[in-house]
Amino acid sequence: MGLPMKIRAASKDGVTEVKVLMNHPMETGLRKDESGALIPALFITEVTAKLNDKVVMQAQWGMAVSKNPFLAFKVNGGKPGDKVSVTWTDSSGDSRADEAAVS
Amino acid sequence: MYREHQASRRGFLRQTGLLGLAVSAVTLLPRMAYAAWNKTAFDSKSMADAYKALGVEAPTASADIQLIASDIAENGAVVPVEAISKIPNTTQISFLVEKNPTMLTAQFDLGPDMLPAVSTRLKMAQTSNVIALVKADGKFYTATKEIKVTLGGCGG
Repeated sequence: MGLPMKIRAASKDGVTEVKVLMNHPMETGLRKDESGALIPALFITEVTAKLNDKVVMQAQWGMAVSKNPFLAFKVNGGKPGDKVSVTWTDSSGDSRADEAAVS
Repeated sequence: MYREHQASRRGFLRQTGLLGLAVSAVTLLPRMAYAAWNKTAFDSKSMADAYKALGVEAPTASADIQLIASDIAENGAVVPVEAISKIPNTTQISFLVEKNPTMLTAQFDLGPDMLPAVSTRLKMAQTSNVIALVKADGKFYTATKEIKVTLGGCGG
């Protein structure tokens, strides 16, 4: 169970703009700690975004997406009160789902 | 006293055995969920291998893709990038960093309701070309931009 993400969704002229800020270390597996030991890789591998329970976008990520990933996209449709939900799964199999109402 | 101890020990073993099964079931399930993750493409250590794993053959450079990023990234750990495609029927946008240990960074599959534009932030190990790879009607197109990194992203 990952940490909560922040989701903002705003509709304007029939288009909903979604901004997501996730909470994840995105460890590459290439960094070393103070003792020189490799820090194991741990990064988000899959992201799914839905508008009103319909999948609109699916992403696959590698280790080089920045820590605490930011994501922004626009989708046709959506009006105030509609539901945007985002789910991620990471390389350890952990996952997190959050949702927000369109404003 | 001895028997009681034996019994509770057996009970304990039975319980932990069940718990072990439950834990393995829980950890196995999410793994099935991301079976679609293209490991070969994300592990590729050359552009040629990454393109091959993505099924890309000789992508065309296109002026209809806008790759928006600053020319200089002060911090390679957080490099904001945005790709906007004006190519009709764009169904996929990916970001690749030529001089990272692995090139493919993110791939976005866009449903029919999506506008063909995505923004995110990438890590860059050093100054490199960043490539926005767009798939439209089964063909691949690219836009390339060099971003200078003054502080590498591997420490971040």
